Amino acid sequence: MRFLDYNVDEFFDEMFGEDGQPRASARTLVRNIECLPENELLNRQKAAERALLQMGITFNVYGESAGTEKIFPFDLVPRIVPAAEWSRVEKGLKQRIHALNLFINDLYHDQKILKDGVLPKEIVLSSKVYRKECIGFNPPRGIWCHVTGTDLVRHRDGQIYVLEDNLRCPSGVSYVLENRAVMKSMFPQVFAQSKIRPVANYPSKLRDMLEFLAPDSITTPRCVLLTPGIYNSAYFEHSFLAQQMGIELVEGRDLVVDDGYVCMRTTKGFERVDVIYRRLDDDFLDPKCFRPDSMLGVPGLMEVYKKGNVALANAPGGGVADDKVVYAYVPRIVKYYLGEDIILPNVPTYICSEPDDLQYVLEHLPELVVKAANESGGYGMLVGPHATKERCAEFAEKVKADPRNYIAQPTLALSRVPTVVDGHFEGRHVDLRPYILYGKDIFVLPGGLTRVALKKGSLVVNSSQGGGSKDTWVLADAPVTEQDDFHHSPATNALTGAAA
Amino acid sequence: MSAVWSSLVEEPDAHMLSRVAESIYWLSRYVERAENVARFIDVNLQLMLDDPSGEGQQWLPLVNTTGDHQAFEKRYGKATQQNVIHFLTFDAENPNSILSCVRAARENARTVREIISSEMWLQLNKFYLMVNGAAEDNSRALGHPHEFFTEVRNANHLFNGITAATMTHGEPWHFFHMGRMLERADKTSRILDVKYFILLRSAQDVGTPFDDIQWAAVLRSASAFEMYRKKHGRISPRGVVEFLLLDREFPRAIHFSLLAARDSLHKISGTPQGTFRHPAEKLLGQLCSDLSYASVDEIVNAGLHEYLDDLQTRMNQVSGGIFETFFAFKTPNTVKNSTQEQRQ
Repeated sequence: MRFLDYNVDEFFDEMFGEDGQPRASARTLVRNIECLPENELLNRQKAAERALLQMGITFNVYGESAGTEKIFPFDLVPRIVPAAEWSRVEKGLKQRIHALNLFINDLYHDQKILKDGVLPKEIVLSSKVYRKECIGFNPPRGIWCHVTGTDLVRHRDGQIYVLEDNLRCPSGVSYVLENRAVMKSMFPQVFAQSKIRPVANYPSKLRDMLEFLAPDSITTPRCVLLTPGIYNSAYFEHSFLAQQMGIELVEGRDLVVDDGYVCMRTTKGFERVDVIYRRLDDDFLDPKCFRPDSMLGVPGLMEVYKKGNVALANAPGGGVADDKVVYAYVPRIVKYYLGEDIILPNVPTYICSEPDDLQYVLEHLPELVVKAANESGGYGMLVGPHATKERCAEFAEKVKADPRNYIAQPTLALSRVPTVVDGHFEGRHVDLRPYILYGKDIFVLPGGLTRVALKKGSLVVNSSQGGGSKDTWVLADAPVTEQDDFHHSPATNALTGAAA
Repeated sequence: MSAVWSSLVEEPDAHMLSRVAESIYWLSRYVERAENVARFIDVNLQLMLDDPSGEGQQWLPLVNTTGDHQAFEKRYGKATQQNVIHFLTFDAENPNSILSCVRAARENARTVREIISSEMWLQLNKFYLMVNGAAEDNSRALGHPHEFFTEVRNANHLFNGITAATMTHGEPWHFFHMGRMLERADKTSRILDVKYFILLRSAQDVGTPFDDIQWAAVLRSASAFEMYRKKHGRISPRGVVEFLLLDREFPRAIHFSLLAARDSLHKISGTPQGTFRHPAEKLLGQLCSDLSYASVDEIVNAGLHEYLDDLQTRMNQVSGGIFETFFAFKTPNTVKNSTQEQRQ
């Protein structure tokens, strides 16, 4: 397969420049793909899909008969991030997480930032995920947001923006690890020629972080991963991470509170648990504290947590900084706590609770993306340019009824990456979710989940709505020097001729 | 007392979740069950092929031995080869069909994926995809049943081999092994019983070449024919019963399987052999002793079918005891109360 008729159109393409030449970081791969025998790439794509199916890396298709499982679509053409660009992203993410952690801690203690009027009090206190139960609480080691999966997008202007802070239970990191394993087996020679930063140590880093949270008196802490269970769409990830970390995967019914401690039911009785990596929302964690109808949680868990007898990651209450309205204030939050300008900018955001912004939003709905403050997965969202008049009008009413719950952003022209479609390459829009761990220090996994909207022209990358994924290659250094003896056919000359 | 025991056995420092232990136990039982259903059907196919008159086309007995005949009659009516094979192999509504067993095994495996090895999961998933694919287009499997059932057996052999070679032989493995061995003992007893249900056309057939052929088919379906020959030579009903029921060395024999299950049970609990701490150990220990001191003549004279029936009941009681001891839902309070009761 060749990139001969590949067109970047009017978008920023991660692999090719505006002139149609491969970017320096992508040359090794482009050359490699073009040297493959005819159909080889398609064969490899099929082999990759078969491998994912056999490994059972699938999700259930609701509404279809039992046993209908599909793989999360995977595209063989990776997104490549040059070393210098990554270094800036990494700095920006560390800065952001550092500030957000200080912000959460402040909200549950002195609320200095509210007193100083940096952001309106009502916005925080009216947030559904501001947990009064956490006021005055000091989480182990002072950390609230242990695992974050920040969504980044690149606009037509080439600038990388932060789209969302996912501070609660961000998922997808297992696909990063599995995608990489598949890619290494499909393109070993490219890995040999390029300096691609590895991602395989994520489970070790995660485990180190969890153990760091255990009470000092415990020398060998027992860490567990708490899952909502087999019917959760991220169940595969939960069991994968538990297996890779070598810790127990537990459900709420496996845990019980006894005498001020959390214990798990084993074949030999009850054994104490010290750290819980919970992949369960705050609401379901403890029916005695949050939603009383939760069957998934552990009654009395919060009581033990507040006594300091068990650590939870992420800390309950941290989701308050993940509110889409609070998001709009993050640049000011960074400035307030760190005295620094924000490195990775936000997407410009209109806050519907502010009258001027509201008026603008209502007047410009067909150009904007409107989001509910506390929804994720692409739900509760209006994409103006793709919506009918009726839908816009319907949404305008919703926004007017509850302005606090909405923000709006200009529709971004997300960058694209070549993607295999019907036997040739077409540009498809992508975003990028890097994963950040906050333990002894802040660690950013070099890479992350590149999600791709497989439908032509679509901007929605969510797996529940026709999205797929790609491997993300963060380069350690400049790519290996071009080999002088590389000969390309005249047909590919136009695309690869700009070497070195 | 426990001080004495702890000097005898090394207690592992971390124990497994009850829920996980139960899933591993059932995962293993379901895979073994799938294999044995394949063996069942195969023994009948062999018997039918060796019956030149064609009069012995009996498929209903097979449904009888699995205990699902009511559900079968209601939905299928006539017990033809096609109907019975479909019911026992691909019927998703029959909880003991090969398809249902492999699905259930995989569902259990999904809940303990982090405990079993990746290689085990991969093989079980391939096994599932194979059976699921065959169920969607069952013309090949029903057209060449012997080939398909051999595939099922091989998939399970591979799975067992991978398990033995890639999973630490600690507590989870012993739950796995115990489940498999109990299931195998139960199913070998049913394979032996198939012969009972196959009605001989007349009493004169007993001891005829046709009778011998039937017993040989029973042996073959338990992969026991060659090993039997080495030990007993001539095919005789008593020899076959002795081999499949009482042999301590043949790995599909009931006695062998129960001894292996007992070993794993004691490895899990740490109780020394010959003693017991809970009902499962007591019941299984008694069952093993009875088999150790049983003679085939007594069994056949008293009635093989009745003996097997009783054996199956007792094996069910062992399973019940295992559930009570290791898997049943308990709270710290019930445990504290029961300890107090024991002290009083």
